[in-house]
Amino acid sequence: MRILVLMKMAPDVVEELEIAPGGTALDLDYVRMILSESDDHALEQALLLKERHGATVTALALDAPEVDDALFTALAKGADRAVKIAGLDAGFPTSQAARAMSQAIAQVPGLSPADLILTGVQAIDDLDGLIAPMVAHALDLPYLGIVTRLSLDASGRTALATKEYPGGVRGEFEVKLPAVLGIQAAEKPPRYVPVAKVRAAMKTQKIDSAPASLPADGGCAAAQVVEMKRNEPAGHAEMLDGDPESVSDKLCGILTGHGLL
Amino acid sequence: MTGSICVFAEQWRGSISEATYEALALGREVADALGVQLTAILTGSNARELAQTLGAADLVVYVDHPLLAETLPQPTAEALAQVLQDRRPRAFIVPLTNVSLGVGTLLALRLGTAGINFCKDVRIAGGRLQAVCVMYGGKIEATVEAAGEPVVLGLWPGARPAEKGRSSRSPVVEEATVSLRDSPVLLRRYVEAEAGDVDLTKQDVLVAVGRGIQSKDNLGLAEDLAKSLGGAVAGSRPVIDQGWLPLSRQVGKSGLSVKPKLYVALGISGAPEHVEGMKDSALIVAVNSDPRAPIFNVAHYGIVADVLETIPVLTAAIEAKRAVARHA
Ligand SMILES: Cc1cc2nc3c(=O)[nH]c(=O)nc-3n(C[C@H](O)[C@H](O)[C@H](O)COP(=O)(O)OP(=O)(O)OC[C@H]3O[C@@H](n4cnc5c(N)ncnc54)[C@H](O)[C@@H]3O)c2cc1C
Repeated sequence: MRILVLMKMAPDVVEELEIAPGGTALDLDYVRMILSESDDHALEQALLLKERHGATVTALALDAPEVDDALFTALAKGADRAVKIAGLDAGFPTSQAARAMSQAIAQVPGLSPADLILTGVQAIDDLDGLIAPMVAHALDLPYLGIVTRLSLDASGRTALATKEYPGGVRGEFEVKLPAVLGIQAAEKPPRYVPVAKVRAAMKTQKIDSAPASLPADGGCAAAQVVEMKRNEPAGHAEMLDGDPESVSDKLCGILTGHGLL
Repeated sequence: MTGSICVFAEQWRGSISEATYEALALGREVADALGVQLTAILTGSNARELAQTLGAADLVVYVDHPLLAETLPQPTAEALAQVLQDRRPRAFIVPLTNVSLGVGTLLALRLGTAGINFCKDVRIAGGRLQAVCVMYGGKIEATVEAAGEPVVLGLWPGARPAEKGRSSRSPVVEEATVSLRDSPVLLRRYVEAEAGDVDLTKQDVLVAVGRGIQSKDNLGLAEDLAKSLGGAVAGSRPVIDQGWLPLSRQVGKSGLSVKPKLYVALGISGAPEHVEGMKDSALIVAVNSDPRAPIFNVAHYGIVADVLETIPVLTAAIEAKRAVARHA
């Protein structure tokens, strides 16, 4: 059983986001990139399957600031191989990321055939679509998203995947493999790996690098950002300022006014 | 249908989703502004009568196929692409719900046109369609144009009131046929939501905690506050995923939609998937250490502070007030 995990770096929104001069993109100089949260869950789910079924896990990521950290962390957690696709312009859209990944899967030795391709269900910057269905489309593979539980049958040819629906309802699906699944949450929270182990991985393991090969025409039709701005929260909420005591007093007054106290 | 604004009518377990009516409400506005038809495509199996509930549209095209009984992304996108092949709308709106996730992306690829995700509104500028999108967990708003048409727009829930998308009119209903290959993805069964110890939807007051609460050990603070207010504790997704609270306490897209009299959001950023489950609460108070947290966009009152410092002081103030009231 071979499992591929597709990983993408995304801006850490805990940090202040700045708009680049030109007003149509984030200023990447001020952004801290972290592994997209649901990709971390996809990696965890792959590692859980490896523990249960003895699979090999390959993490495939697009070059971006901090991506080496994410890939060495994947190796330290138990991934067998890490591959980085280099050569995309910074700030590439999701559609380009998906095309570069699909090409790499087809061309980089050892990546295909994979039995299972896992990636995060959605990233916060997926403005022109989602990676999982894009890769499934490019490779002509089955796709299912919002997966929170995953097991394999004895033959390894079918997966049983649980998808989230609204209101806490779940759907249990049978998926013929190979397939591409968008993982929402792994069965357990992603494991923690000590920094020392990541450092050790940096010394003893390596990241394979492969050049991005994209179709010359750029592929599919583009969506273009004509303006980007920060949401101005102050516009809506009335902010209560002061030390905890005075803020609490103000709020008590408001709650009383609403008949809630 | 050519030149129209078209909405994907999403049905799930026998009914049309609220998000569909919201999309129809927005679609109606855009179609009227452009002077074109509003159309809808409904896919399903023996679900034709649902088309009657889509009267906000001028025309409903219904596609009946056993493989479309559930909204499996690939067969659904394929069916839609076949229907749209020679009647191309200007825009095709897909509700961004758990039911339809992935359909828009696949349809755009199949049609070879642009997909734009995360839309909360559509504007017309010089005759061109512009999508207003909320990205980066709610922190950034982007105005986006597509190079060609039809543009496939993924619409966040809550763009318009669903009421505005309901109509007692009877739409014209046409049936279309498609040819689909077998699906390698099949639904075996639904597992119903587990009933929790409390029903969040019946509470007057909810104290909701997010990742900002930092550890399970701090949940007691929220419980005390909830108790002082006569309410229950709810959570955002990471709190549930960590196992700090049961799934029956999750508010949002995959959890419950709630409308309490008071919703206190503690250390919750206000991602669109959370907000869609609580935005209709009568009074929303948010405490967050980040002055730019998107939760302040939906809150009526906001406090920029550390929740761990604020909660105990607030609980004490409320209890003091109650004690005074009791003795008065
Ligand atoms: C298909 C799909 C379905 C989803 N369904 C749901 C759903 O049903 N419900 C849901 O909630 N999410 C859902 N999500 C996830 C959603 O996108 C967000 O990731 C999630 O809501 C974030 O939760 P959070 O606000 O607790 O965490 P974060 O976004 O990490 O925010 C934590 C916040 O806490 C603040 N903070 C940190 N420390 C402190 C402190 N000491 N004091 C005060 N504030 C502090 C930070 O400033 C930050 O704003 C879904 C996502 C997808 C893709």
